[in-house]
Amino acid sequence: MSATWSPAKAGPTYAEIPEEAKRRLFEEVIADPRYEDFLYGCYECGICVSVCPSARFYDFSPRVIAQALSREDVDRFYEILMEDIWNCAQCFSCVRCPRGNNPGGLVTLIREVAVRHGLEQAQEALQGYSRVIYKIMLKGNQVSPDMLQPDFFPDWGPWVREFSQHMHTWRKAIPVDTLRSVTDAAWRTDDRTLRELYTIWFETGNMEIIREVDEGLYELLVEIMEEELEARA
Amino acid sequence: MSELSERLAPVNEIREKKALPVRPDPETAPQPDLREELFELEARGELIVQRVPEPYVEVTTKFGRLKKVPVDHLWHHKSCGQCGHIPGYTTSILWLNRQFGIDYHDPTDQTSCTGWNYYASATSNAAAQILVMCRNFAAAYETGYYPLIHCGTSYGHYKELREQLVHHADLRDQVRRVLDKLGKPLVVPEEIVHYSEWVHVMRHRVAERQVVDMSNVTACVHPACHYYKIVAEDAIYDPDIYGGQRTATVTALLQALGINVADYSTWFDCCGFGFRHILVQRDFTRSFAVLRKIEVMRDEVNPDMTVTHDTGCVTTLDKSQFAAKAHKRRVGVPVLADSQVAALAMGAHPFRVLQLHWHSTDWRPLLEKLGIDWERHWQEFEEDLAAIERGEKPGLTWEDAERPALAR
Repeated sequence: MSATWSPAKAGPTYAEIPEEAKRRLFEEVIADPRYEDFLYGCYECGICVSVCPSARFYDFSPRVIAQALSREDVDRFYEILMEDIWNCAQCFSCVRCPRGNNPGGLVTLIREVAVRHGLEQAQEALQGYSRVIYKIMLKGNQVSPDMLQPDFFPDWGPWVREFSQHMHTWRKAIPVDTLRSVTDAAWRTDDRTLRELYTIWFETGNMEIIREVDEGLYELLVEIMEEELEARA
Repeated sequence: MSELSERLAPVNEIREKKALPVRPDPETAPQPDLREELFELEARGELIVQRVPEPYVEVTTKFGRLKKVPVDHLWHHKSCGQCGHIPGYTTSILWLNRQFGIDYHDPTDQTSCTGWNYYASATSNAAAQILVMCRNFAAAYETGYYPLIHCGTSYGHYKELREQLVHHADLRDQVRRVLDKLGKPLVVPEEIVHYSEWVHVMRHRVAERQVVDMSNVTACVHPACHYYKIVAEDAIYDPDIYGGQRTATVTALLQALGINVADYSTWFDCCGFGFRHILVQRDFTRSFAVLRKIEVMRDEVNPDMTVTHDTGCVTTLDKSQFAAKAHKRRVGVPVLADSQVAALAMGAHPFRVLQLHWHSTDWRPLLEKLGIDWERHWQEFEEDLAAIERGEKPGLTWEDAERPALAR
């Protein structure tokens, strides 16, 4: 990715992608019922850029996203879809927008489309992330103590190594009943609660989204969840 | 003087006006009051609004509206990041509840909001996210306790999902259909309340029971983005705190405890968490946390600690400093949650309650400055660990954690 930000990239990129294909994806974004709450036009004032953490580190601009969508510039939209959206920190500092836009929310909608279509860039951005998806879908928790391994967090200091050596003892030394001794989830959760969560994932099409990102993970998750749901039935 | 110059206000006048505290008029709020729409939906039989139980404290929010913050009968909607990686955060919240004799429920019928994953990967959709929220709210409602949201992201995410639920009838229909299958009612709380708002309304009671003098300590506050930027009108503002131009939570607590709260120029910046970045692209996270937050604090006010009120912020600001030290960056500012500071002020054990051994940045200089003999307390805690390892006790209990710890 270029270190120099260029508001008007020279010439159309992704020229090999038919206009119709780009437009179909664009229309999927604007068809989302939340879209009309997230974009009201753009003054080009740049307030969103001035507060955006990603704009300081990447070739990324929430203003350009709002502009491209307002103008229905499907070529620029496609570049954003392929190159920009995964840089957003989703902090929503950009909602300081005087027009009431929500560029971070627009990024979320575009990401959803990228994931639903299993785009290679989405899969690349989520490389190494599968174990987190596994945890959140199965346990209803994003992180757990057993994920704190020195290989994954070498930059978090020597305490990670110390913790991983003493994880079971340290977890027992927490006075909160629902946390004590639990290492594979953030807290102790009822089986019934997890079955209800699995039902939500199936009923809302969430599992199909996982399949687009990682088919192997999808099959593993479905097998475990269906077994659990069938055992209860 | 030209006609235009005569019409313009002098600079001094503008400065004086800007120095006055902001006291917004709720009648002129730019956003409608969502609670009114919730009650309308309830009147039409579409959903149940769970009322804030008494006793509660009314506080002002960004546009001058009043928000009820419950004091008692709390259902603790825990945070996966806090419980998983910084458990002293959660322990401190519950320890404070216990110290004040609060009737609370720590549920096992609770999932996380799953918002961290949604903001990181978008591998979900609006209906699934609203259903996760509503399932948790229904679980709280069934117990009779009122949800208190521990995580800043859960709080912000739920506020946004609540808006979507209220404004989109088709989403409500879809959500109701799935909830019916689960045998659960569609319940939305009257107010979505963050734990730091509970700490905020309890701050004077915390100060009354303060046993550790903190007047020699300087702190910077990092207000959490998802607390006050998402659905901004729901966050607490107070004309006495930064003239009502920044959220009052955290800062008001520290001031009540006699801590010197020092301002710094990048207070509005996020911490660099990034949701996806903190897990799989931490070069961004570390850079932003150090260059835009910690170093700025060090250079401008050199605080003894940074205090914040969200899972991701504590994690990011604390964990990002270790690698930066190798690059000789100006780091070394311990990071605590407001609940940990409140508990510490009231004499909580630094390891049995605050669980500081889970933190990465060195907290020892802070404890020493507060006159707390951390070595003695660590020795006590090591004895706990040894007893657990020998099988003499299954683990720490509240009884262990509630014993008097710090010198009165």
